[in-house]
Amino acid sequence: MTTGAAGPGRGVEVRLDDLQRRYGNATALAGLTLTLAPGELVALLGPSGCGKTTALRLLAGLEEPDSGRVVVDGVDVTNVPANRRDIGMVFQAYSLFPHMSAMRNVEFGMQLHDVGPAERRKRAGDMLELVGLSAHAHKYAHQMSGGQQQRVALARALAIEPKVLLLDEPLSALDAKVRSRLRDEIRRVQLEVGTTTLFVTHDQEEALAIADRVGVMNAGRLEQLGPPTTIYSRPATPFVAEFVGLTNRLAGVVKDGEVDVRGARLPLVKPDTPNGPAIALVRPEAVSLVVDGDMVPGPLIGTVIATAFLGATSRITVDMGDGTVLAQMPTSEAGALSAGTRVRLALRKDPVLIARDESKPTEA
Amino acid sequence: MTAPLPDTTYVSGRGSGSTAIAAAGRPIAGSRRLSLTWVGLVPFFIYTGLFLFLPTLIIVVGSLTTKDGAFTTANFSGIAQSYLVKAFGASITISAASAAIGAIGGALLAYAVATGNPRGILRRTVTSASGVFAQFGGVTLAFAFIATVGYTGVVYLFLKDHGLDFYPKGVWLYDLPGLILIYTYFQIPLMLIVFLPALDGIRPQWREATESLGGGTWHYWRYVAGPLLAPSFLGCTLLLFANSFSAYATAAALITQGGVIVPLQIANLLTSETGRAAPGLAKSLALAMIVVVLVVTTLYTLLQRRTSQWVR
Ligand SMILES: Nc1ncnc2c1ncn2[C@@H]1O[C@H](COP(=O)(O)OP(=O)(O)OP(=O)(O)O)[C@@H](O)[C@H]1O
Ligand SMILES: [Mg+2]
Repeated sequence: MTTGAAGPGRGVEVRLDDLQRRYGNATALAGLTLTLAPGELVALLGPSGCGKTTALRLLAGLEEPDSGRVVVDGVDVTNVPANRRDIGMVFQAYSLFPHMSAMRNVEFGMQLHDVGPAERRKRAGDMLELVGLSAHAHKYAHQMSGGQQQRVALARALAIEPKVLLLDEPLSALDAKVRSRLRDEIRRVQLEVGTTTLFVTHDQEEALAIADRVGVMNAGRLEQLGPPTTIYSRPATPFVAEFVGLTNRLAGVVKDGEVDVRGARLPLVKPDTPNGPAIALVRPEAVSLVVDGDMVPGPLIGTVIATAFLGATSRITVDMGDGTVLAQMPTSEAGALSAGTRVRLALRKDPVLIARDESKPTEA
Repeated sequence: MTAPLPDTTYVSGRGSGSTAIAAAGRPIAGSRRLSLTWVGLVPFFIYTGLFLFLPTLIIVVGSLTTKDGAFTTANFSGIAQSYLVKAFGASITISAASAAIGAIGGALLAYAVATGNPRGILRRTVTSASGVFAQFGGVTLAFAFIATVGYTGVVYLFLKDHGLDFYPKGVWLYDLPGLILIYTYFQIPLMLIVFLPALDGIRPQWREATESLGGGTWHYWRYVAGPLLAPSFLGCTLLLFANSFSAYATAAALITQGGVIVPLQIANLLTSETGRAAPGLAKSLALAMIVVVLVVTTLYTLLQRRTSQWVR
């Protein structure tokens, strides 16, 4: 081990290569391939049961893949046991050793790595300071809040200066406010020590906020991997579009590389979509509302039924008669749109995705 | 006799309880609510009063009086007689040995159960069977052993026919080793029952955290599971000790003559028809036993408290 928190540049490359894992008949991972650049923080996002934890445990060496490889820093560690992989882990469930103080917890890993008592006490102190818990060093797990325990767990994982840091929904047991604060703190610490990090979550806001890149998983596979902005604004698949952010599902008809939604023609992300009825996925941001004199009833005319103030933007729910549409626009422009106002939808001509087959409308 | 003592507690407890009910409409109920709690404990107080404190009182009083009702301390000096000291030694030896064997055997069994499927058939079978076996004792148990591993028991005869004679120098079943063997029969299941919760409290993440920090199996047991389980293990061992220390029926059924262990001596002193009956001495022996059990259970409680704070 090297000394102290070495700062950025310490990270190593991590490669998961076509990992497969089954439990009985259930496929947890169906060929996961993912490469993390040195020092990068990748968030794995996906619905419950899609294999996130399994991916993490295979990387940590707590479980073995049926096939595929795990390569850390250019070395194939697929058959290396967990305790020789040098991978730090923060678990979803609280995992501090209950009979050790916070300090002792952090020291423990270094003790296992034969760091001398004086040295490890000093470094444990540094780590606790890094996570802002110097004042709680003497406390036991049962004397700390959930958030504090997870911070100690983070310090404990980082104290051994692991090559890779894994976090399995470390914040899921915490309330929203603590969660967003702690997630920023994890990011700050991660940037400071520069460890390559895989962060598992099913909370899209968390993933988009913390990660360099987000990997969206579904049914044991990676659907899309990219920077948060790309994942959000240019989802590659209908699954990603629907899983990340809010999406309007609007009935329309595909014709010659375009989709006709309520009389508005929108371009398609995949122009080769076959013609026929389809559900277009339209982000609320791509919907704006106009109020003008001429409100002749038509497919694009509706009535505002609710307005949610989100800060700089507002989200407005419009009743179209045959369903509702969400629009999101700057609060300054939404001010006049109180409930009951008649509005006309304006759809931005962004390329849209078509929902997966199973949700095809039956009527034309 | 001061028999109505527990009754007094009962009445005062109920009295303040009804005050609390009357005052229930008031917003602040701090100390009043405490009184209600006491009402719930009343049956417990009656029970412990009648079956624990009252007998103890009788024993204390009895051990300090002569047959004619005069005060004396002679009963306590009487304990120093060599045959009684020997009985105490035997009682402690048997209890310690059967507790140690039971603790180790029961803990291993509990470990096997705890690491298996929590809703599996093995766990359910073993725990419910243990619940039965831990209560098994007295004449039935003694007879079961006599019929199987006694001098004419089927197991003994079978093994002897096949060249294994475990009574080469005479039958030890009716002696200390026999008692230890028989006591283990209920000690092991008892250990399983009392120790299993401690094992269930051990979280798999602790092992995985140890591994990811670079530790192996040895480190896990040495620094994590060992220290976490040790207080509970010791505490349960003490409980087993107390359990066999005060056991009477099985030994009485097995050993028909002499008083190898203290409970049998007490019985002898209480019931002897040959003029050797000495109820005062019997009560002082009982008091000495109570003291031993009290010390042991106090230690047990302290150890349990320590663990329960960790495994919240
Ligand atoms: N030990 C196991 N035995 C049997 N099946 C398992 C086991 N571990 C995971 N699975 C199955 O594998 C699939 C993936 O599980 P995994 O724990 O990786 O999901 P996840 O994405 O982490 O979900 P969550 O968000 O709920 O934590 C699930 O269908 C799960 O039931
Ligand atoms: Mg999981």
